[in-house]
Amino acid sequence: MVKFQKITKIYPPNAVALEDVSFDIEPKEFVCLVGKSGAGKTTLLKLLMAEEKPSSGRIFFYDQDIQKIKPKDLPEFRRKIGAVFQDYRLLPSKTAYENIAYAMEVIGASDSEIARDMAEVLEIVGLTRKAHNFPAQLSGGERQRVAIARALVHRPDVILADEPTGNLDPYNTLDIVRLLLKINEFGTTVILSTHNREVINSLCKRTITLNEGKIVRDEKVGRFIL
Amino acid sequence: MFVLTKRIFRSGWQGLVRDGGIIIANIFIMAMAISVITSLFLFRDISQFVIQGLQDKVDVSVYFKYEAAEEDVIRVREAVASIPEVKEVNYVSRQEALEKFTEKHGSDPVLMDSLTEVGVNPFLASLGIKAFQAYQYEAVVGFLESPQYDYLIEKIDYHERKPVIESIYGLTSNFNKAGIAFSVIFALIAVLVAFNTIRLSIYNSREEIKIQKLVGASNWFVRGPFLAQGTICGFFAAIFCFLLFTLLTWGLDSKAELLFPGLGLFSFFVANIWMILLIQLVSGIVLGVLSSLIAVRRYLKV
Repeated sequence: MVKFQKITKIYPPNAVALEDVSFDIEPKEFVCLVGKSGAGKTTLLKLLMAEEKPSSGRIFFYDQDIQKIKPKDLPEFRRKIGAVFQDYRLLPSKTAYENIAYAMEVIGASDSEIARDMAEVLEIVGLTRKAHNFPAQLSGGERQRVAIARALVHRPDVILADEPTGNLDPYNTLDIVRLLLKINEFGTTVILSTHNREVINSLCKRTITLNEGKIVRDEKVGRFIL
Repeated sequence: MFVLTKRIFRSGWQGLVRDGGIIIANIFIMAMAISVITSLFLFRDISQFVIQGLQDKVDVSVYFKYEAAEEDVIRVREAVASIPEVKEVNYVSRQEALEKFTEKHGSDPVLMDSLTEVGVNPFLASLGIKAFQAYQYEAVVGFLESPQYDYLIEKIDYHERKPVIESIYGLTSNFNKAGIAFSVIFALIAVLVAFNTIRLSIYNSREEIKIQKLVGASNWFVRGPFLAQGTICGFFAAIFCFLLFTLLTWGLDSKAELLFPGLGLFSFFVANIWMILLIQLVSGIVLGVLSSLIAVRRYLKV
């Protein structure tokens, strides 16, 4: 489903973020990316979302070479991916409901489809009662659940979660991880980037360890070893 | 398409309502720009009125000899009137000149006694000639100074009045040019200020634009609400300006009448009301939409 082929990313003038990185991800897989800050986890996810371009190498999403996607076709491509970020990246002037519904509006879903799916997704993330609150009126855990709901609502093929628990307390961290597992059980591929030891060790999922831009370990059932 | 348009306008309207402070500032700044553009329109006609008023006061008088027969004077008038550079020729007979003098100085016993002392009508028949432009008087006077009229014409006051005529025409022409130049410069400054205000408010939304792009929104879906906001801001700014100018022209009408008699500021506004409203709406909406379009463009490259 996702194939990284000898990817190198160098930020000018000569900061190497990724070096000769290659791996494959199968559909419905749950993959953890671990590494210290600056190891290249976020860069890797940005490359997959076509937010950045690699300096060399190729990235495939199914059979599509991401670098060859024309700018006008990027929105269509990104609709196949749901993204969750450490800093939530919610639209501050929209309510939780509107933030989530936005992902459906961009794909052109009808109002009735949005209303139907929104009820379901709000139930999954446990935010039915806070649907009309603005991000500033929500706790960190709630904001992250809104972000997950937004990433999930349009039924993407893969969800990229970049340090989604980085700003959360242990209780909310567990909550978010459970939610991501549930989404994966429904059949969505999840790529989780984290440096949280407990999360990795409790998940027992495939773990790719990055260090200074290189893959140092790729285990079927990974543990947190840096 | 309808659903998309509805969502774009709804999102734009929500943004307006929820970011009220910034939007009111935008409307206010845009209203300033529209006011300058409206003033440019009003100034053009008002200055034309003032210039016309000044130029109408300029003429050259040709005085005929005491013994000149009226039919000869009429013949000269017809000849002068046929010169293309001549805008207007007014004939004042000796009798009319006397009546005007009496009317004007009837209450001055010294002047009236002097007139009685003379015993006859001492005034000469004259032609008041107005040309279209100051430089045209030279040609008209040249025509009258030709030998064929020597026996009829006593005096032409052009050479005494030439410096005054030229300075009035020069002044009005410079006034017109300076007015247009200042208005264009002010309009440009006002438009740039409005553009930069909108650009700053969109700069504040650059992170939101990035998020929208990463969620999979197309450029038009991101750009649309900003254009809708620009349109709505421009519309409200134009309506605000229209009400402001209605009040201002109504309130200043009598004062303007004192300065420029016959101007009729408010009646001019009313006579051109649809044109003014159209100028304000078009300039407001175009300014709002173009500024948003240009400002948003650079943040869409995600």
